[in-house]
Amino acid sequence: MSAPVSLEVEDLVKHFPVRSGLLQRQRGVVRAVDGVSFSISRGETLGLVGESGCGKTTLSRMVMKLIEPTSGRIRLGGVDVTALSPRAMWEHRRRVQIVFQDPYASLNPRLSAGTIVGEPLENFRLATGRDKDRRVADLFIRVGLRPESMQRYPHEFSGGQRQRLGIAKALSVNPDLIVADEPVSALDVSVRAQVLNLMIALQDELRVAYLFVSHDLAVVRHVSHRIAVMYLGRIVELADKRALFANPLHPYSEALLAAAPVPDPTRRGTKRMILEGDVPSPMRPPSGCRFHTRCPYAEPACRVNDPPLIEVAPGHQVACLKRPAGGAVRPLAARAGRIVG
Amino acid sequence: MSVLLEVRDLQTHFFTSDGVVRAVDGVSFDLLRGEMLGIVGESGCGKSVTALSILRLIAPETGRIVGGSIRFGGRELITLSNEEMRGLRGHNISMVFQEPMTSLNPVLNVGTQIAESVVRHLRLPWRAAHDRAREMLELVKIPDPKQRLGEYPHQLSGGMRQRVMIAMALCCNPQVLIADEPTTALDVTIQAQILNLMLDLKEKLGTAIILITHDLGVVAETCERVFVMYAGRMVEQAPVASLFARPRHPYTRGLLRALPRADTVSDRTGARPRLTEIPGIVPALTRPMPGCPFVPRCGFAVERCRVSNPALTEAAASHLVACWETGRVAEAVA
Repeated sequence: MSAPVSLEVEDLVKHFPVRSGLLQRQRGVVRAVDGVSFSISRGETLGLVGESGCGKTTLSRMVMKLIEPTSGRIRLGGVDVTALSPRAMWEHRRRVQIVFQDPYASLNPRLSAGTIVGEPLENFRLATGRDKDRRVADLFIRVGLRPESMQRYPHEFSGGQRQRLGIAKALSVNPDLIVADEPVSALDVSVRAQVLNLMIALQDELRVAYLFVSHDLAVVRHVSHRIAVMYLGRIVELADKRALFANPLHPYSEALLAAAPVPDPTRRGTKRMILEGDVPSPMRPPSGCRFHTRCPYAEPACRVNDPPLIEVAPGHQVACLKRPAGGAVRPLAARAGRIVG
Repeated sequence: MSVLLEVRDLQTHFFTSDGVVRAVDGVSFDLLRGEMLGIVGESGCGKSVTALSILRLIAPETGRIVGGSIRFGGRELITLSNEEMRGLRGHNISMVFQEPMTSLNPVLNVGTQIAESVVRHLRLPWRAAHDRAREMLELVKIPDPKQRLGEYPHQLSGGMRQRVMIAMALCCNPQVLIADEPTTALDVTIQAQILNLMLDLKEKLGTAIILITHDLGVVAETCERVFVMYAGRMVEQAPVASLFARPRHPYTRGLLRALPRADTVSDRTGARPRLTEIPGIVPALTRPMPGCPFVPRCGFAVERCRVSNPALTEAAASHLVACWETGRVAEAVA
């Protein structure tokens, strides 16, 4: 990957204090994100997958600088934006935009569609008046909406059209990175395809980078170039999507892939690694490897040693004690006993 | 297999300020004893309203069943009194909802909630009903069932709550369980646990399950037959293998083609091929549609489709479709 790096995140940590009682004494911390590093190149999509509470939303909010990291560094286009002055932060805000999950809740119902899409242009003083209207009309066309609909209000649009408005708004200020937080999860299948096609086409044309957060593996597999799998505040595996799906190295990735329902009845029952139990609380993450409580391959050492994320093949990083660098890359399932079906 | 539930030309309408919404507009189907039946479709297609109609849970202030018949074990449910219907709900036909947190009573402990329905329907004394509740928690594989009986819904994780819902639904040995998006609010690894549990219980208890979902993957992995709904109507009914191998309705075909597929070119080359879109959006259900409701989005539509609504007819063995041009659709897939 020779494209210039757009976003670089280094050892990012976010601990939320938990307070309770009359004096609001701190009772502990939620380790929402606990040491995460990755980068995204220009024009690239990094998919971020994981289950509720794994920290993917906190991570994306930190990248947006909507919440301050406890420690770690965020660089955007080579510039450290972790501790910027308010004036410098202004520019960062333009360069990173977000597309939200819920197109019903994220658009102001009292503003016309044209005003919504044009608002960032005005905020960043990039265009006003006629010039702005012309640019908004262009954006409408670009995302597949009729410019005449600029006068209409959000409730007059369908879910898919609203998501197009959200995308147009994000694109209006030529960002380097768009954080897309479950952008198609609220949409029906037939409309989802329209929005995914649009996002991919826009990226190919504009070379914007996407941090694509989703719990839907099929969707992430389709849009991403690389995928990071998170579990309890950590990235447990990061790889090219082809490598990840062909050969998941972390047992949690393996379980996630196996659990995702496949719309092909001929493959029913061919692969079933069903994890037992629930995700532990991020307030009290397990000792050693955080996944050991649910891992069918866990050994005594996993309870004690916290595995770092290491590169075991070019571009393929995994945090598992049973995956030393250069180790066998045979799928674990082949020699595991607790596989159902 | 014998027919357990027989729905004929069901029509459920809602009366709103925008007009009459024909949420369910002439739906017919049979549920067979002990089968797992999937009903799929997108938001607003009428799948949940069909389920609520079977249980007669449509709020009378907003809507009602305006026509058709629902027969269960020889009895017509539409004309049953409210009292008779209450005796049936949770006893012979029960339901699991999408959001376990809002469908459990937050101020009753788990044991009491399950026992309540046992006392009511099976007329067991409370003590025996509590024993039954414990057995049910064991059956749905909740660890430490004895301790969990005394806990409240907020103390349980989402997956555990859904297990409690299932325990509650099955405690009176119903012949039919209707599960409306039972795993949609859950994470994938938990979803896999719950689906496995439901399949397991279906085998063990012989309960017929109607699984309502928008997720074709879930259907492919669990159901024996699948029905596809669009705009308040059934457009296709088929055995799962047959539907996925050769969809015969243009809407079903479109849905399957719109899914990002695991084993497409994208995985070999890393490219991201365009997904096939279904153009346009779902029609408003307030306007009467004389023809097929899918016409405005259909690439196969001809003049006849605009004026006349096709009935469900058998196109292949056990494979029913409501489409005038189904011959061309099936060919196009092959």
